[in-house]
Amino acid sequence: MTLTYHLQIVNLLAAVLLLISFSMLSQRRITGLITLFALQGAALAMSTLLVAWSTHQHHLYYSAAITLVLKVIAMPWYFFRIVKKLDVDRDVEPMINIPTTMLIGIVLVIFSFNLALPISQLSGTVMRSTLGIAMATVLLAFLMMITRKKAIPQVIGFLAMENGLFFAATSTTYGMPLVVELGVALDVMVAVFVLSIFFFQIRETFDSLDLKHMEKLKER
Amino acid sequence: MSTGILLQIAQTLLAILLAPLLMGWVNQCRAWLQGRSAPPITQPYRTLRKLFHKDAVIASNASPLFRFAPYMIFACMALAAGIVPSVVNDLPFSLEADVIVLVGILALARVFLALAAMDIGTSFGTLGARREMLVSFLAEPALLMVFFTASLISQSTELPVIVETLAHSEFAIYPSLAFAAVAFWMISVAENARIPVDNPTTHLELTMIHEAMILEYSARHLALIEWAVALKLFTYSALGIALFLPWGIAGQGDIAAMPLALLAMVVKLALGGAALSLLEAISAKVRLFRAPEFLGTAFLLAVLGMLIHFLLEV
Repeated sequence: MTLTYHLQIVNLLAAVLLLISFSMLSQRRITGLITLFALQGAALAMSTLLVAWSTHQHHLYYSAAITLVLKVIAMPWYFFRIVKKLDVDRDVEPMINIPTTMLIGIVLVIFSFNLALPISQLSGTVMRSTLGIAMATVLLAFLMMITRKKAIPQVIGFLAMENGLFFAATSTTYGMPLVVELGVALDVMVAVFVLSIFFFQIRETFDSLDLKHMEKLKER
Repeated sequence: MSTGILLQIAQTLLAILLAPLLMGWVNQCRAWLQGRSAPPITQPYRTLRKLFHKDAVIASNASPLFRFAPYMIFACMALAAGIVPSVVNDLPFSLEADVIVLVGILALARVFLALAAMDIGTSFGTLGARREMLVSFLAEPALLMVFFTASLISQSTELPVIVETLAHSEFAIYPSLAFAAVAFWMISVAENARIPVDNPTTHLELTMIHEAMILEYSARHLALIEWAVALKLFTYSALGIALFLPWGIAGQGDIAAMPLALLAMVVKLALGGAALSLLEAISAKVRLFRAPEFLGTAFLLAVLGMLIHFLLEV
């Protein structure tokens, strides 16, 4: 192994990112999910910081700072507040039971590792081998969005997917231009605010955040 | 070669003699953490002595298997403890038997325990045996996966080679080994009947797994089984140390390094035991039907470790 130590730590953090994605899949409680989301953001910020430091890409420092403020502090705090206000932190059984979801998750990981292998050969960055993990994170977050019934876990899945995309960008091209990143950060923030207004509306209408009630809107 | 055999015998005897001490240490730490006054660290030895002095009571319908099983289980555990390199690395046993044989020996002991539990025909024994089989058939593949992850790094399934690769090569961070270590921790908790899966102190019929199987045993048979349980804990701890924290182990023929290796081993075991009791004190026992989920997670982590090895470390 010829990698330097901080790149080895980046690899370790990438592995931790994948681990957190799996814990999110298996987490039943919503507060636990929010904590895991904050941890994922922290791992992401730290790996971005390390890449910035080792490759002297200054704009990555800003990305790391945005990630830290937005995804580790602001959004989890906001979600905790919503959960407290709506009083929705109860055990929810997902659509598919959790061990089966995990098995599907492993299949997704194998798929994305295989898919990423030829692509990452084309890239010239030092941490290109982590592209597979980034893709796996995206797909696992997608799986979480599909299998959950409640609204808040779905939104957290959406945000975790964004984390995965961000990591993919950092690992293949040292991140997007700063303007794009700021735009994405703003978009995500606005999305969270709009969706949280939806939470309150959904709850007011159906007295629950379970999205299966939405099926009643269908015309028969 | 003869020094190798002597050292092998010495190391196995050391494991057999130290195993109850590790058990006592774990119990003592747990008592401290729970705010109880702790039993002395030599309590397991006293229990063993007491049990060896008693007369055995055996059910009238017991078959010879029931009498034979404790000796078999103890022998298997002693052999397993001999295979795992704890103080000295290249000993004859561990050169002869690789990790797959080790898993097989542990499985052999388990089969005899389960058969003996069903031998008398009480409902508790059968219940315990079935639960044990449920837990172990999920734990065994996960354990093999952990071994395979370590084997992929060192290109060998032999424990001395794995230990040698990890202990003496240039320091590197292996993300795959981190996954394997977490998985191994979960597996050893389940296999040693510790708290999230089973409670070693309970005799409540709803929850017990291991204790249900040995309810019919008394006196010297019970003593041998208790000793084998302590040895199993020792073996798993030594295995975890050999796979994930092997620094300080002595090579064969390196007599000068042995006292230091012994000291390192004792310190690592003490820390590991304290960590085990800490995790036991802060976690609650899961329902039996959640145990497959717990072990499924362990299996998943081990498989992820292997996949990550292919992605990041090749």
